[in-house]
Amino acid sequence: MAEATTGIAREAPASEADHPRDSEVARFGADKPLQLDAGVTLSPFQIAYKTYGTLNADRSNAVLICHALTGDQHVASRHPVTKKPGWWETMVGPGKPIDTERYFVICPNVIGACMGSTGPSSTNPATGKPWGLDFPVITIRDMVRAQAMLLDYLGIESLFSVAGGSMGGMQVLQWAASYPQRVFSALPIACATRHSAQNIAFHEVGRQAIMADPEWRGGRYLLEGTNPRRGLAVARMGAHITYLSDAALHRKFGRRFQDRANPTFSFDADFEVESYLRHQGISFVERFDANSYLYLTRAMDYFDLAADYDGFVANAFKNTPTRFCVISFTSDWLFPTSESRAIVHALNAAGARVSFAEIATDKGHDAFLLDEPELFAIVRGFLDGVGQARGLSRKR
Amino acid sequence: MLRRGGSEFGGADIARNGSGARVDLVVVAEMVEPGARVLDVGCGDGELLRLLAETRGVDGRGIELSREGVNQCVAKGLAVVQGDADTDLADYPDDAFDYVILSQTLQATRHPRVVLEHMLRIGRRAIVSFPNFGHWSVRLQLLFAGQMPRTDMLPYSWYDTPNIHHCTIKDFRQLCTAIGARMEKAVALNAWGAPLRFNAPWWFWNLFGEQAVFLLSRKG
Repeated sequence: MAEATTGIAREAPASEADHPRDSEVARFGADKPLQLDAGVTLSPFQIAYKTYGTLNADRSNAVLICHALTGDQHVASRHPVTKKPGWWETMVGPGKPIDTERYFVICPNVIGACMGSTGPSSTNPATGKPWGLDFPVITIRDMVRAQAMLLDYLGIESLFSVAGGSMGGMQVLQWAASYPQRVFSALPIACATRHSAQNIAFHEVGRQAIMADPEWRGGRYLLEGTNPRRGLAVARMGAHITYLSDAALHRKFGRRFQDRANPTFSFDADFEVESYLRHQGISFVERFDANSYLYLTRAMDYFDLAADYDGFVANAFKNTPTRFCVISFTSDWLFPTSESRAIVHALNAAGARVSFAEIATDKGHDAFLLDEPELFAIVRGFLDGVGQARGLSRKR
Repeated sequence: MLRRGGSEFGGADIARNGSGARVDLVVVAEMVEPGARVLDVGCGDGELLRLLAETRGVDGRGIELSREGVNQCVAKGLAVVQGDADTDLADYPDDAFDYVILSQTLQATRHPRVVLEHMLRIGRRAIVSFPNFGHWSVRLQLLFAGQMPRTDMLPYSWYDTPNIHHCTIKDFRQLCTAIGARMEKAVALNAWGAPLRFNAPWWFWNLFGEQAVFLLSRKG
């Protein structure tokens, strides 16, 4: 009976979680469990991923893209749920800085997410029901460990580059620390070696908003046929503010009213900025799972690279052969330039080969996803330079 | 850093050789052994790093203060970080490089002595080039015009110059002695970028050298 109820109650995200559309899926059975930092194993599990371009004969042109908190594998092609373009089509594609005519691009959905890699909305094979909060808490290192298994599955020993922003940048740093011999070059963008207290605090507000929604039902909403839309939308609205900047909000909305000349003296969305945030919240709920939001924000909170290396980030990169290009944005207050500078200091102390550029923009943290010509020039130039060192031809 | 490299330098004022490379940079490059690990402090738009990569096959890194300079360098594929010679050299471990180069930047640092000491700690050798404030044209301007000198090498007014620690060749030699640096090689260039006679006395260099390039190493 329970099974039948589940079948009816499960909504679109849940089916996407088990059977992702427009994606490849790598399944790892009982013989290949994923060891988690929490001390348990995840098995069986699956990773949904997309690839673009062609792997060259000596398998030396693979680029791994790591997505951010609310991203997914649909980096450079239409999103099957929202029908919108890929989240990084400005960066990844034919002739783009991460040029799919030169490189073989792989973008996996992280474990814990909800677009086809195993996460809390996936079906727990032991019960036949969604995992919900029975899903083990995962870390950035767990995500990377799973991605390394995906690369083994794809037969790719060494990556030409690993690139990502925000939570994706954390994965990039973890990749370089955990598997230095597999990472020829690394592009950590707008990220940090650890999540700051302020950022943990913001995440906690988001989680509490979800949990305060009566429809969350202690995480059992998929079983009970509810959906904590309002809580997740509020979480998204709060987080979205941290992705922008005061200057960008002012430039885009100022104090302008939404479709009205005067205030209504009510709690309607009088201001454009309110209307915009509400829209962000509502559209996010369509494509994202509330429990995944809890798990992924938690993974970012736990990220502290130095903690695994006697308290020194530099130890994580001792004798690293990886070539790094660290990028930050002037108006990013979620992962400010000082965080990137700390990465660079550690890399310098480790004697690593590192480039570091700060890009002037008022677009805040989200700048890494937006049209920033200087960002594109830097990524293109960096990859061209390391491509020569890797012996990649300019054009295939 | 405040090195006025390449385009910012005012192009025509600076002597270039037949293939268009700045003569002082060529002199620096000739002091570097092929294939060495090099850190260029104040690398500007990366002209020297490029020259070193092309002519000496070095593994080069750079530090540059200006965001524009850094971003130009990185977009060219050079390994350059944004940073300040006065504060960021402390991050680098001992003996990380074969050469640490400070090209036309010494006079713009807040603590030239500390910078030089760090260079000799980080690198087995240091190469320093700087405009010579003892050059006759500088001396004459101060003596006869009674004004802070302005030259091709030092084109700024006193109130907007990034150059806060001018020195002469003689001053620089004294600093080297004070910090126990060995002078392995030195070249002085005249206003046309031609090297002065190698066996000329120091006072002659100090008077007629418009700029100087020193190759230093740690004593002992």
